[in-house]
Amino acid sequence: MRGDAGSMTVLSPRTAAEAVKAYAKAPSALPLAGGTDLMVGWNLGLMNGRSVLDLSRVAEWKKINVVSDGVDLGSLVTHAQIQAHPVLRKRFPLLVAACATVGAAQIQNRGTLGGNIANASPAGDTFPALMVYEATARVVGPHGRRAIPIGDIFAGVKKTTLKPGELIEAVFLPFPDEAPTRGAFRKVGTRAAQAISKTVFAGLIWNGKGGVLGQVRLSFGSMAPTVRRLHAVEEFLRGRRLDEISISAAAELLTNDVSPIDDIRSTREYRLRVSRNILTAFLKGELK
Amino acid sequence: MIKLTVNGSKKSFKGAPFKRLIDALREDFGLTGVKEGCGEGECGACTVLLDGAPVNSCLVPLCQAEGRKVETVESLGSPEKLSKLQAGFLACGGAQCGICTPGMLMTAHAHVRSKAKCDDKSVRAALSGNLCRCTGYQDIVKSVIKAAKGGKR
Repeated sequence: MRGDAGSMTVLSPRTAAEAVKAYAKAPSALPLAGGTDLMVGWNLGLMNGRSVLDLSRVAEWKKINVVSDGVDLGSLVTHAQIQAHPVLRKRFPLLVAACATVGAAQIQNRGTLGGNIANASPAGDTFPALMVYEATARVVGPHGRRAIPIGDIFAGVKKTTLKPGELIEAVFLPFPDEAPTRGAFRKVGTRAAQAISKTVFAGLIWNGKGGVLGQVRLSFGSMAPTVRRLHAVEEFLRGRRLDEISISAAAELLTNDVSPIDDIRSTREYRLRVSRNILTAFLKGELK
Repeated sequence: MIKLTVNGSKKSFKGAPFKRLIDALREDFGLTGVKEGCGEGECGACTVLLDGAPVNSCLVPLCQAEGRKVETVESLGSPEKLSKLQAGFLACGGAQCGICTPGMLMTAHAHVRSKAKCDDKSVRAALSGNLCRCTGYQDIVKSVIKAAKGGKR
């Protein structure tokens, strides 16, 4: 069975307020942003007879606003828009690098940051970068707005902590107090384009005084039901000198925060080994 | 009614707003150059330009194309007068079975028109969302580079 266009009801709000209102009235409607995921299921005939809340006319959610303490990304900002933005390129290069690995040009031109988050795939390419930049999602619903730290919006595979009637309106990226000493993003998939990650990494390091590590933020995707910060590794490394011994001990602590599985894309063993290698290379300064 | 511009001419569409762009182009506007490959955004065969940017037309419901500009392979050239890019594909053997070709041409067209670099690496990156099961890509990349070197359009 293919998608049957005639069976669909399309709701087309033009403002955020209209979107929230329409969603409250039709709570079973499927929110539609860039369609790069939803339309795949629809083409297979999985959504016939449903209502669709087409958000693409909500102009206020398509903007990137640079403010004094960070950058506010509307939820409908595309992966292509992020890559082209000069402030994001300069201040949030790991997010820009992540967006460049999502599908290929056709997907990057349509897929949105908010849609990516709402989908809550364990393999979302942008999530590790959002985690190390400590982004916040701003959601709006019938009872007003609230901000959710990005790590708390994912509840499980394809599940979020959004409440009924809530829509993501923006993602806020705070400028770090101090520029990190270095950072890296790495995605490992079957091929460079059009691949879903087997493991995906983002890391930031701030050197401290006296040759020890100041702050460190590390995150992996595709290694657990949701994206993870490596709290145990980070805690272990803080204030420590990076050397052969501390780096190999850090890599061993990886499994405190991740629990990869065997699935169609990879195996637990492969994911663990490659992720340890990525983490080790990053800490040694060999990951470009 | 949904209004949009297709290859420079204004069109209106009175059918179901959730009809896919690819189906409206082929069935309602008679533009059968656009091809369906996978129907899930993996292969790029159905690539058209939406406001100048390559998109998979199998993943765009028509309601999201309202008021926007769509360009298909039919906008490039005619059999009598090929565009530079089409001539490049012909000269370098960039097409074999032909299913991926309209999508390849449109993605390449957007890339060349953007005045981005047209060396081997950048052309491969630009075309990475378009799969071809015949050519092995070498001649497609050559075709695009040749056309880009050959001047405008």
